[in-house]
Amino acid sequence: MRTQAETYDELVKGLWRDNPVFVQLLGLCPALAVTNSAINGLAMGAATTFVLVGSSLLVSSLRNIIPKQVRITSFIIVIATFVTVADLSLQALAPAVHKELGAFVALIVVNCLILGRQEAFASRNTVRASLADAGGMSLGFSLALLSLGAIREILGSGSLFGVDLFGPLFEPWVIMILPPGGFITLGLMLAVFAHLRARRERAHKEAGDELDERWVA
Amino acid sequence: MTARTPDLVLSSAPFSRETATTPRIMLEVVAAALVVLGVACWTFGIGALLIVGAATAGAVVTEWLFSRSAVPSPLGDYSALLTGLLLGLTLPPEIPLWIAFLGGVSGIGLGKLIWGGLGQNLFNPALVGRAFLQAAFPTAITTWSNPVGPESFFRVPPGLFAAPLLRADIDAVSAATPLGLAKFEQQLTGYGDLIVGHTAGSLGETSAVVLLLCGLWLGLRRLFDWRLPVATCLAVAVCAGALHLLQPDVHPPPAFALLSGGALFAAVFMVTDPVTTPTTTRGAWIFGFGVGFLVVIIRQFGGLPEGVMYAILFMNALTPHINRFTQPRSFGA
Repeated sequence: MRTQAETYDELVKGLWRDNPVFVQLLGLCPALAVTNSAINGLAMGAATTFVLVGSSLLVSSLRNIIPKQVRITSFIIVIATFVTVADLSLQALAPAVHKELGAFVALIVVNCLILGRQEAFASRNTVRASLADAGGMSLGFSLALLSLGAIREILGSGSLFGVDLFGPLFEPWVIMILPPGGFITLGLMLAVFAHLRARRERAHKEAGDELDERWVA
Repeated sequence: MTARTPDLVLSSAPFSRETATTPRIMLEVVAAALVVLGVACWTFGIGALLIVGAATAGAVVTEWLFSRSAVPSPLGDYSALLTGLLLGLTLPPEIPLWIAFLGGVSGIGLGKLIWGGLGQNLFNPALVGRAFLQAAFPTAITTWSNPVGPESFFRVPPGLFAAPLLRADIDAVSAATPLGLAKFEQQLTGYGDLIVGHTAGSLGETSAVVLLLCGLWLGLRRLFDWRLPVATCLAVAVCAGALHLLQPDVHPPPAFALLSGGALFAAVFMVTDPVTTPTTTRGAWIFGFGVGFLVVIIRQFGGLPEGVMYAILFMNALTPHINRFTQPRSFGA
């Protein structure tokens, strides 16, 4: 039986130490393609959260009756079901955002982050741990997409969540809302994350203390 | 250090060493670039100095920021200084200073540091900075102005002092460069203006005669492989000449192609960058011809009036392959 602390750890690891985008480099396609504004990043994060949490819940509760040989297929069917639900709901509730995201909502089904969590975690852990894991991972993914989208929207359009920040004289960085801006922003953020990790490791090594394994990835 | 002079020196070959070091070469090219900057100030006023200064500051500050702990400091080889100077000279005369500064930052940051510093970069850092600005601020970097002449030397275009992230609150009147005039209005600028540099254009590219003299000086001092600029100019002349023969009404004559736009500036200062161009003799010819060919193709058939920057960046990407395929066969092997 897992303790409270372990469940908590499953939840928070996705935020920083195992962040899906910045550390595991998973789900980069949506992370690059739909983050030209903060609202798009957030919507994609929300849709992915719904699919990941739902799939993890279902897969972990069915983990003992899914035959090993067809597990991947079963995972995909579960994921595809949730993606269809997310796709249709988004279309009904927020048609404008759905139009912005285009085919990328349907493409959540091939987001390797989701299949990866089913194979690596949900299929071999309890429902409770899997929910914590999926929640943390989705939160980390959403945060990454939101920060990418926010940076690109601020520089590329001079606004945040559609609210004008700099007035009519703003000189937009056109490149930031185009695909190259996504690559450049993500690359620079990866560099910052790697730098912070390296510095933390160095600090620990110099202090000579016993490493808390959780904080060194 | 208390090393005393030894009575007997034992060493192995080589005994004869080149006196040129990286900082020395860089400084001489910097001097040539400063001459061009002087002409730019003469043509466009004191604003040219501010723009080039901002770009240089961006480049040098970035280099310093990311190599504070390095010993000896990479600032000592003056390459960041040169990158900033060259970048500044490729910018238009009314670009806001913060954009020029950002160009220096991105040129050194994205063009050099992330590759591992001097000698490791695949693309010309100054042109990476300019390409970033071209992609980010397509309007600002194509807003040209006519030369002001010495009488309004101290009049700084108000657009320069726009606050960061903003543009100046003025209606800029954009002049057309000779290439723009030729492409969109079928109007050829006179050779006299092109040679002296009394035309609209980037700060450093206008005066053909000064660029030729700088190139001649640097070439005679053997600071670069003379084949690179010669091949580039030859290719521009030949390709433009061929097109001109086929359709004299549509394509400008070769002399115009050479003297207008950034062709000469690039041939002297960009194509000759020792890091991002081939090191072999045959490779130098191939590289130069490739650049010249692409310049003419982009200018005459592309959407933009000028294509020198993309031509060089494209050939930069091919440099490792050119180097590999033109290695001289070792004697006796």
